[in-house]
Amino acid sequence: MTEPVLDAVDLVQFLGHGAGRVQALKGVSLSLRGGELVLLMGPSGSGKTTLLSVMGCLMTPASGIVRVGGQSIAGTDPEALARIRRDHIGFIFQTYHLFPTLTAEENVRLALDVRGQRSRQAVKAARDVLGMVGLAHKRKSFPLELSGGEQQRVAIARAIVGETQAILADEPTGALDAENGQAIMTLLAQIAKDQSRAVLVVTHDPRILPFADRIVHIEDGRIVNEESGIPAKRVSMS
Amino acid sequence: MSLKFRLASRNLFHDRLRFVATIVGIIFSIVLVTVQMGLYVGFRGMVTTMIDHSPADLWIIPTGTKCFEDPSLLDDRQRFRALAVNGVAEAAPLVIGYAQWRLPGGTTTPVFIVGSELRELGLHPWNLVAGRMDDLAIPGAVAIDQSYFARLGVTGTGETAEIRDQKVQVVAVTKGIRSFTTTPYVFTELDRARAYTGTSLNKASYLVVRVSPDADAYAVRQELRASLPNVEVLTASEFRSRSRSFWLFGTGAGAALFAGALLGFIVGTVIVAQTLYSSTKDHLNEFATLRAIGSSSSYIYTVIIWQALLNAVIGFCGAAIIGAIVVSMTAESALPIVMTPALTFALFVLTVVMCVASAIAAIVQVMRIDPTLVFTR
Repeated sequence: MTEPVLDAVDLVQFLGHGAGRVQALKGVSLSLRGGELVLLMGPSGSGKTTLLSVMGCLMTPASGIVRVGGQSIAGTDPEALARIRRDHIGFIFQTYHLFPTLTAEENVRLALDVRGQRSRQAVKAARDVLGMVGLAHKRKSFPLELSGGEQQRVAIARAIVGETQAILADEPTGALDAENGQAIMTLLAQIAKDQSRAVLVVTHDPRILPFADRIVHIEDGRIVNEESGIPAKRVSMS
Repeated sequence: MSLKFRLASRNLFHDRLRFVATIVGIIFSIVLVTVQMGLYVGFRGMVTTMIDHSPADLWIIPTGTKCFEDPSLLDDRQRFRALAVNGVAEAAPLVIGYAQWRLPGGTTTPVFIVGSELRELGLHPWNLVAGRMDDLAIPGAVAIDQSYFARLGVTGTGETAEIRDQKVQVVAVTKGIRSFTTTPYVFTELDRARAYTGTSLNKASYLVVRVSPDADAYAVRQELRASLPNVEVLTASEFRSRSRSFWLFGTGAGAALFAGALLGFIVGTVIVAQTLYSSTKDHLNEFATLRAIGSSSSYIYTVIIWQALLNAVIGFCGAAIIGAIVVSMTAESALPIVMTPALTFALFVLTVVMCVASAIAAIVQVMRIDPTLVFTR
């Protein structure tokens, strides 16, 4: 068993203020280990995105512990959290969040640029990763010139170019058709084959169940069930 | 090209309408500041042009004189007392005053007489384009500036008119000696200046002093102050400052120019701030994404500052072109707008400061950004 890449222990989190304040997480514990693809499933409002935000160091929990690479982030200021994110965590979003004024290659390079990596190697790394996701020929295209599936592949390239240990994906197939959804999950499954990397996918999409090593069900801010997935059904990236 | 710069420039140019509106705002603002400050510099130079063109080291002036054009009279005996002071090489009388210039057709117009001994220290016409200084020795001879030909009803040397019922003849013509009061200067010999202004022969408006090469001007000034009652003794620089402060601040003209410049600066700052703020708001999702993927705050601030600087450089270039046209159009006017390299540089710095200060609102907005926005939008 590999060491946890991301580890959450007894997380409690509240959202909103005053009368609208709700407890989104009620003592959630979840570990992500290298080499696994975990699906986080649950109904709307169950706390999936909040858990993703807290484990992704985008939000500090009201109580509980988040460890990134074994190090607790308790008491870390926002700038240090940003540093932890850029060094350890890659994000993939349902609506891609690509920069419309930058080309595919520039969008990928951005993840390196924020780390201060601006050398020719950074450019090469961005091109290589775009090649990995099958978009070498579209590197000069702007997001609006790409299909939804292609945009999501650019977003995946941006998430993995920094070689972060954890990839957190929020509904990565939510805006895609079945074929593109399968292709994206194939890519993520391929990434999760690397024993130093873990992928956590928040999803409603039952079509991607076959890609999971583990499926975690969350309801009303609590993890209610965990089951093993069927990794044997993973589709090869090639 | 840095990716930050690329992101900034593309964000800026992406919305062309907003970009054009911003640039027009900056140009408007900077041209307004340029005109006001150019007028200030032009005015500042013009109010001291007579003092600037006198070779005097020290000016002996009647007590309370506010500026060069504010003449009271000194007694000629002061001149001899001044000459008796150690270190005074020359002390020459200068007579100034308003008079009426009667055109050949009978109409009159006010003129400002400047008279000094032709072969002594004084204030003689410069930039002669017709005639010679020596010609001013001819009885009734005067020198005027060519820009006032129409006003004075003459077309060049040899033409005549009257001042105080005395016939005068234009014997020399200057170029570029214009008065900010729009009253033409008329240069003449000392005694004729007295006659034209109704000044007694034993009186003078000022005594201009040249200090011996081996003497210290400040020490001589102190001695003159001690020796001459009821006068003030100023260095040329002090007299210049006094004239400037009277015309620029005593009359409120300078304050008005500064107020106009300040208004331009405020308008420009507000326009740029508003557009940067709305641009940042439109790109909030992108900034949240940057934050989510781990960019530091300073990375995002740099993108915004680059946008501000690009606005500044492009806006300044546009303003400089329009400013240059305005400057050339006013070059021959009574009060030209003057642009100096220092003023141009200062205006550029001001534009940059204005645009960067405008970025503060956008930066404050980004400082409050919640990176979890990426999951909700």
